[in-house]
Amino acid sequence: MQTQAQTATQPVIEVEELVTCYGQQKILDRVSLNVEDGEIMVIMGGSGSGKSTLLRYMLGLHHPDSGCIRLFGRDTRTLGGREWTELRKKIGVSFQGGALFNSMTVGENVCMPLREHTRLDENTIRIMSRMKLEVVNMAGYENLMPAQLSGGMIKRAALARALVMDPKLLFFDEPSAGLDPVVAADLDKLILRIRDAMQVAIVVVTHELESAFKIADRITVLDRGNILMTGSVDEIRNSDNRRIRNLLTRTSEDVPVDAEQYLQRLTEGAD
Amino acid sequence: MAAEHAATGFRRLSEQVGRKFVSGVEDFGYGAALLGESLFWIVFGYWFRQRVRLQAVFAEMMSIGVQAIPVLAVLAFANGAMMAMQGIYTLREFGAESQIISGIATSVTREFGVLIAGIVVAGRSGSAIAARIGTMQMAQEIDALRVMGIAPVRYLVAPVLVAMLVMMPVMTLLADGMALLGGGMLSVMELHISMETYFDRVLASLVPGDLWQGLLKSLVFAVLIALVATSNGFNASGGAEGLGRATTRSVVLCIGAIVVADMIFTFFLIQ
Repeated sequence: MQTQAQTATQPVIEVEELVTCYGQQKILDRVSLNVEDGEIMVIMGGSGSGKSTLLRYMLGLHHPDSGCIRLFGRDTRTLGGREWTELRKKIGVSFQGGALFNSMTVGENVCMPLREHTRLDENTIRIMSRMKLEVVNMAGYENLMPAQLSGGMIKRAALARALVMDPKLLFFDEPSAGLDPVVAADLDKLILRIRDAMQVAIVVVTHELESAFKIADRITVLDRGNILMTGSVDEIRNSDNRRIRNLLTRTSEDVPVDAEQYLQRLTEGAD
Repeated sequence: MAAEHAATGFRRLSEQVGRKFVSGVEDFGYGAALLGESLFWIVFGYWFRQRVRLQAVFAEMMSIGVQAIPVLAVLAFANGAMMAMQGIYTLREFGAESQIISGIATSVTREFGVLIAGIVVAGRSGSAIAARIGTMQMAQEIDALRVMGIAPVRYLVAPVLVAMLVMMPVMTLLADGMALLGGGMLSVMELHISMETYFDRVLASLVPGDLWQGLLKSLVFAVLIALVATSNGFNASGGAEGLGRATTRSVVLCIGAIVVADMIFTFFLIQ
């Protein structure tokens, strides 16, 4: 058991000099990042910036090529299977497409982590899952199948499932993707409410500027595998970094072309 | 010029053969790893808080076995009847058509019962399991399982493996019975004997070893179908088309694997 003082000062996530490669190509290049307890950290970047990759590594779905990731102070490289299982009970994830289990009803989806990880009796499980469905305004939908839900409802149901173990750390992958602006704004409000009510650290990966500025305590801007900047909303807004300005003003960047490399790419593999 | 073309053609062909071979070895290794991990969870799951749920096993047993009973019964019956027809027709030339009964008895119990059961299970469950796991893979449901602290192999593969190992021998016995019955119907009609006489002679010509041969093979088929189907599901990628490809590949490989395994087994068991 760690003392209260220790956990209060210790970041929930520490990413240190993370390098990841896909074949020859470097996806993330020495990325370092801290997420403090109770804050909402938004990881922002265009497509191909490596933000989804960073998320997958933080979730422990892949092993880093170099560098290390610490969750709740534990180095993920040294964790055994059982310790991972224990750690993962403290983490909730809301995937981009919801990733609800399609063969189960909404209610069964939300109950599932409790069924697998606890020895609670059926009634308690049902009550706890209904409580979480209430939190996300999805009460009364527990008998529907995921295929019968709208996009926004799927995200909220997935959020209820992520919350059901009372996590200390919550991840969102593109929460507003594929939602209309009103529903997306609702979801933003919900994220803020959950942080206040449950005192969890929240990491949101998104490319939506508006939603990022609304919910973030701090924002990390990722571009082509590098962190451009980490700072508060105002710091990012007022940054004079050209790439960040381009991202904020939605200006496309010219990709510099090297004539020689271009020729080589074209003729590659030809006999 | 022509020689050069032939040389390039040969190089491409050998490259292709090499690549296929390497991917074949990879698939084999993947299947072996799945088997190892499933057995690990079945045996040690309890200590790692990753128990293989009996409920899941029963659900798989229903879909793999019980629901396949009607089609298996029809196929096995028809197969037994066909064997009797062909056998009586051929043996009649020698005036030895009554010998067909012992022929049916041994070939059904050693060979055809288990083969028909295998093909029915491969066709029904080989595709269904690959499709189910493939869909889950594409919808990030497998990732969702992992971040919930639920090992996907424990949750998705181990129950299938156990269910297959239980149901395949049962289905083999059922197929044996139905095929013998089919052969009996034809024999009664063609040879003008009674059903009792038929079954008396069947039992007289069978030794326990004949049954054991079929049952032993059914266990091997069970493992093969479970591993081929699940590994094709996990490796599915590329949207709806990829899912279709994985499903087809699963069925073809399942049936291929059991027929080849059957041949190898028979070769050794008949010595």
